[in-house]
Amino acid sequence: MKLLFERSTVGHKSELLPCCSTPAYELPADLLRAEAPALPQLAEIEVERHYTELAKQTFGVNDGFYPLGSCTMKYNPSINEDMAALPGFTKLHPLQPESTVQGALEAMYTATELLQEITGMDAMTLQPSAGAHGEYTGLLLIRAYHQSRGDTARTKIIVPDSAHGTNPASAVMAGFSVVNIPSDEKGCVDLDGLRKAVGPDTAGLMLTNPNTVGIFDPNILEITKIVHEAGGLCYYDGANLNAVMGMARPGDMGFDCIHLNLHKTFSTPHGGGGPGSGPVGCKAHLAQFLPTPVVVKTEEGYHLHAPEASLGRMRSLYGNFLVVIRALTYVLSLGKEGIPAASQGAVLNANYLMKKLADLGYDMAYPGFCMHEFVMDIGKLKKETGASAMEIAKRLLDYGMHPPTMYFPLIVHEALMVEPTETESKETLDAAAEVYGKILAEAKEDGQRLHDAPFNTPIGRPDEVGAARQPILRWTPAE
Amino acid sequence: MGGYIPNSAAAQQAMLESLGLTSVQQLFDCIPSEMLVDHLNIPEGMSELEVGEMLTAMADKNKRFSTVFRGAGAYNHYIPSIVKAVTSKKEFLTAYTPYQAEISQGVLQSIFEYQTMICQLTGMDVSNASVYDGATAAAEAVVMCQERKRSCAVVSGALNPHFIEVIQTYCGSRGIPVEILPVQNGLTDPAALSAALKADDACVLFQNPNYYGLLENCDALTEAAHAVGAKAVAVVNPMTLGILKTPGAYGADIAVGEGQPLGIPMAFGGPYLGFMAATQAMMRKLPGRIVGQTTDAKGNRAFVLTLQAREQHIRREKASSSVCSNQALCALTAAVYLASMGPDGLADCAKQCLSNAHYAASEIAKIPGFGLRHNAPFFHEFVTECPICPQLLNEKLAEKGILGGLPVEGGILWCATEMNNKNQIDRLVEILKEVAAQ
Amino acid sequence: MNTPANLKYSKSHEWVKMTGENTAEIGLTDFAQDSMGDIVFVELPEVGDAVTAGESFGNLESVKAVSDVFSPVTGVVTEINEELLDNPALINESCYDAWMIRVGEITETENLLTGDEYDASCQEEA
Repeated sequence: MKLLFERSTVGHKSELLPCCSTPAYELPADLLRAEAPALPQLAEIEVERHYTELAKQTFGVNDGFYPLGSCTMKYNPSINEDMAALPGFTKLHPLQPESTVQGALEAMYTATELLQEITGMDAMTLQPSAGAHGEYTGLLLIRAYHQSRGDTARTKIIVPDSAHGTNPASAVMAGFSVVNIPSDEKGCVDLDGLRKAVGPDTAGLMLTNPNTVGIFDPNILEITKIVHEAGGLCYYDGANLNAVMGMARPGDMGFDCIHLNLHKTFSTPHGGGGPGSGPVGCKAHLAQFLPTPVVVKTEEGYHLHAPEASLGRMRSLYGNFLVVIRALTYVLSLGKEGIPAASQGAVLNANYLMKKLADLGYDMAYPGFCMHEFVMDIGKLKKETGASAMEIAKRLLDYGMHPPTMYFPLIVHEALMVEPTETESKETLDAAAEVYGKILAEAKEDGQRLHDAPFNTPIGRPDEVGAARQPILRWTPAE
Repeated sequence: MGGYIPNSAAAQQAMLESLGLTSVQQLFDCIPSEMLVDHLNIPEGMSELEVGEMLTAMADKNKRFSTVFRGAGAYNHYIPSIVKAVTSKKEFLTAYTPYQAEISQGVLQSIFEYQTMICQLTGMDVSNASVYDGATAAAEAVVMCQERKRSCAVVSGALNPHFIEVIQTYCGSRGIPVEILPVQNGLTDPAALSAALKADDACVLFQNPNYYGLLENCDALTEAAHAVGAKAVAVVNPMTLGILKTPGAYGADIAVGEGQPLGIPMAFGGPYLGFMAATQAMMRKLPGRIVGQTTDAKGNRAFVLTLQAREQHIRREKASSSVCSNQALCALTAAVYLASMGPDGLADCAKQCLSNAHYAASEIAKIPGFGLRHNAPFFHEFVTECPICPQLLNEKLAEKGILGGLPVEGGILWCATEMNNKNQIDRLVEILKEVAAQ
Repeated sequence: MNTPANLKYSKSHEWVKMTGENTAEIGLTDFAQDSMGDIVFVELPEVGDAVTAGESFGNLESVKAVSDVFSPVTGVVTEINEELLDNPALINESCYDAWMIRVGEITETENLLTGDEYDASCQEEA
């Protein structure tokens, strides 16, 4: 495909603005750039065709099955987009007087009320812009809590070895050091290991439940109790909330604060990598530390309010507002029956597909029932046939299907992590299983052949080593 | 209501049977029973029609101003029709981060093109694929400048106050000292900066045009930073770079900013776009996703996520940032905007902002009590005095459908863009005259 | 696996070539470069930095991993192999020529292994 710059022709342009109606003002030349930026020069039809071509080489949920583990690639309802495009929302200046944005504040307030109820939390901020940003916010809440009590020796955050990489990275950003604890043979928290890890230096524990191998930790109440008794707080990573929403609440599991991924659990589109939204909820004892501002409701209406001991600001303004509008639309659509039904559907779909794939001969890292996702272990297959998790994934591309998450969690070496979500039909799962069966047969017949997969995609496997050794990060005109 | 679940009850029953189960509840037996929710206290689900009505009613409660003279970090620009048309394409909208390059060349290439255009605008060598917003981009830039023996960030007091607060949040938790440089006549004074700088300061961060709309002496500020071996970080408005001298030209090490002016709606504050560009020497310190060009097995050009070993999913607690997602769809929006405007269109738009703002400033300043507060070159924002309570003034403007400037420090921070033509400005001035005469 | 007998080795996969009474060259072993795969980036200390036996002095990146490199000696960095910064592939191509740092003023040395001992230690690990 040509780059925008390679399609450029001098003089091509769109007529978008009228002539300037005020006298032309000139700044002194030393404040101006020497030459115009080398942006492409294109007519509107050329821009449109360019991006249409790029769209055709982009695979989204709307293109096919996308069971990317831990990413909850559920269908993104069309009504969400319509609501987020309402001019009454899109054309609001963020610094308008409060009296002129009551509808926007109502939407934010309503969203926090609903999400607090679903998660069992008492207060919430919508400011964090993504999951990792939410983690950072939640950890700063924990930090502010301990500091407010003069408990400054609490410098360590405990993270299981199965956690997302963002967990330890966020902990370090928040000024903590990280204590990694191993998982037990079922992928759950090892209670003895946790008891040994906690102490007077424990600031908190970060956990996702169900965990990254798709298992609900049966000891969750004991886990949060151990941490609380040691004086620490418990942080819930909401990455896997789609397994339990409406069924069980992090607040009832003993967690003090949480983040949600509206772009996973609450159906807002991923947009090729963002924007997401990572609201952070907390129990009452942390509410005074929330970032500035939060929305409050009084008799006179809705207001933006700075919590008394606020940890500060996580970003400018109020968060990814239009993403919140989409999530609000979704929660209102599903309601009290639909929310748990979605989790039930997600868990049923995952178990159904897991069983089918196990019956075909794929090894499961943790056999038995799973929650919303499961992890296959390709290790034995690789030994027998030479076909690795990567090869299976790449071959799936040829069948018009997005592969599962590869090589995560790190505790399973040849991991393929599958999360079908509730919005896929039985027919889609059956068809997917058929493809997985074919690929397994291919691997057993000639594992080496899969090293060259995919065969039918627009490009073959890219040279990632070359890309990293000699980085080319921008287009430059040919000399 | 339906939860967008396609399976019928019969299909779900068949699936359960294949698992040897009779009820889906059995799959939740692993959850301690005392923890199971028996009553979720939220409203019953609604039909699409009802939800649409409810959200539309909320949207209708907001006041949409037909005329906007307010900026201060969020700008009312014209958004070409094609921008929404392209970014609404469901392939872009519903894709995840492009981990599987073979089926993601479209989104990868769009990010590569975005990175290129950010470099072209800023005059820098390299760009990342974007971060959450301008304020977090500024904070991440400060973190990029941390060296073993250099930590303190010296930040211009004429930087957008939200940006300062976010920098303080990001630096506070890591123990990075932040020094705010006092503002003199609305500007960052290079001599005062030189006097304040210490030999082990990590970076100087300033905004151009600054929060008050004024153009800083970027050459001198950059030079002062470099004189003590500190990095210079410029916070810039990408729209103004259609004509203004680039951070690359005055020698900045990092250029960051809020990309919202590039085709992204004001939308009550988000989602926006934090862009980050740097010199080649600082390439590996950039946080977040970066797309690079390579070849596939057949030698075809291909694009991939690259330099990934910098990132949290590999480095974990040793990563310099936990940022995971970028703002890909907003980066795409900016790219489509820039491709549609082209170099001439962007320069024209920037010049219209400049000319409209200067016309507005000269007309408003003629009104008694509305004198210009600062005497320095400005771009499309400026501060005037206000003879009456600024809130009261804005209420009077609001009655006429005008969102007035933002009250700051007893005065008013006005903004004019290409959307504010001569008629709008003349009308504003008439109303201000009436108010001043009362 | 190639393990020259004239060098000493650490359990953390660095080789050490004593170049004088208290000077040494340090690099990465063949076993380590092979298990890391294609190395795409090398981060080295600065000349004049102190290194401590058993502690990390730099790191290596492959496409999907990052590994610390540990110093087997305590001393001061006198030279870094700048060629590696531009061409990290040299470590994959010829790891025993691709020294990473030269250290002087060595005051302490870890208990180092002979080639045979190191081979045995790698076999245990594998």
